[in-house]
Amino acid sequence: MEIYAFYAIAAVVLSSAVLMVTSRHLVHSVVYMVISFVAVGALFILLEAEFVAAVQILVYAGGIVVLFLFVVMLVNVSETYQVEFLHRQWLPATVLSMILAAQIGFLLWGNAGGLAADPSASGSVLRAVEGGNTETMGMTLYTDYLLPFEVASVLLLVAMIGAIYLSRKRV
Amino acid sequence: MTDFLIINVVIPLVQIGVLLGILGLATGYIVYAERKVLAFIQSRLGPMRVGPQGLLQPIADTVKLLFKEDLIPGSVDKPIFLLAPVVVVAAAFTTLSLIPFGEGITLLGYHIPGVIADVNVGLLLILGISGLTTYGIILGGWASNSKYPLLGAMRAAAQMVSYEIALTFSVLSGLMVAGTLSMVGIVEAQQNMGVWFVFIQPVAWGIFTIAMVAETNRAPFDMAEAESELVGGFFTEYSGMRWALFFLGEYTAMLVMAAINVTLFWGGWLRPFPNVEALAFLDMVPSGIWFLAKVITFLYIYIWIRGTFPRYRYDQLMALNWKSLIPLSIANLLITGLVMILLA
Repeated sequence: MEIYAFYAIAAVVLSSAVLMVTSRHLVHSVVYMVISFVAVGALFILLEAEFVAAVQILVYAGGIVVLFLFVVMLVNVSETYQVEFLHRQWLPATVLSMILAAQIGFLLWGNAGGLAADPSASGSVLRAVEGGNTETMGMTLYTDYLLPFEVASVLLLVAMIGAIYLSRKRV
Repeated sequence: MTDFLIINVVIPLVQIGVLLGILGLATGYIVYAERKVLAFIQSRLGPMRVGPQGLLQPIADTVKLLFKEDLIPGSVDKPIFLLAPVVVVAAAFTTLSLIPFGEGITLLGYHIPGVIADVNVGLLLILGISGLTTYGIILGGWASNSKYPLLGAMRAAAQMVSYEIALTFSVLSGLMVAGTLSMVGIVEAQQNMGVWFVFIQPVAWGIFTIAMVAETNRAPFDMAEAESELVGGFFTEYSGMRWALFFLGEYTAMLVMAAINVTLFWGGWLRPFPNVEALAFLDMVPSGIWFLAKVITFLYIYIWIRGTFPRYRYDQLMALNWKSLIPLSIANLLITGLVMILLA
């Protein structure tokens, strides 16, 4: 049952991701991106990570992509931009995707044991904690991973101040 | 096996069917109530012609909208133009499935819960999915390929994204007291503590109520529509049933926001003063009635606000959010945390 749901959702994620890259119109691309993000949220629900799923929809699908759309709509896309499809990015794109393919291949064939599900890991641990995985997530973030969490927050703050600085009025 | 099927398939399907059936009619009558209340505020009579006191007006309106020609202007981006109203309605209906309407009842030996899906991150999911409504509005405005809808869409996008921050922060301060994200759990927490959270978090409730009006694009924050400046805002180019879908989405979103407000701050389906034993006879009234009465009160407040306040200017709207509501809600969150640590 679960495996069929996974394949159905994964098909939506992948096909909308492909359509996002290949569609000729930027706004259509953004719409496919939203579909892809919402479907990824569904995958998280399948993994019993409800909190991550809700955050995925709230932050990525609901917040960040709205701003994407905002910018895309403000920038009037000219015809030429739509015709020129790959620009000159094909070389770095090829190199990156080959590296990614090599990594996936290594995981699948070189290290077969590493991917096999360990019943004692993650899922059962999450369920063992009283209060569901929202609480687990919070406890883990604020105890075990406090430093990376704070570093990420400061990074976001710096990015925010940078954006405000760049967009302020020159007096 | 049959038990499993009945509990997991049949009961939710019946609940969904009943809810959708009632909702279509309810939305029509919320519109009717709005026209009537606004009319009385302005010393008019409102709809009077169709049926006694105009009571059949919503049905006449629905029939009219159904049979109206489905007009699609030539210059629109057709797939997105068709998709936009569906997104608004789908997002609004999905959130409705997470709202607990009552304690639930036992029928033929099966317990029927008062909520279709009690997800343990319910409130977060409602906020996330209702955030997707923004897409319907932006895409509808953009796909119309016309000036006024685009302006309305841009305003809506900026407004809804900004007010979502204040909304989420005020919800967070309520959640800290409840200690759970489940909608049913929040009501049960208020039952156990014997107090509605509005008495613990009045500031958060005030912020939520203001942000809720802005989030549903209602007057005085109806920047996206603003019929006196933008013709009809983002749905200027829509007509007939597609326009009605936007309308349905808007009123369902109002209903959902009112329901969140009631659940989080006004005790959901609980009777007034759940801590006073002497009022226990009030429990004779089914829990669903209490819930509906509270939600209807909030819908009335929506209409009352619309009839009372003039529309904000756009920069005033943004200043109100970024300079007052968001700092206030963050301060409220910090104070809540501090008090909770001191009391613990």
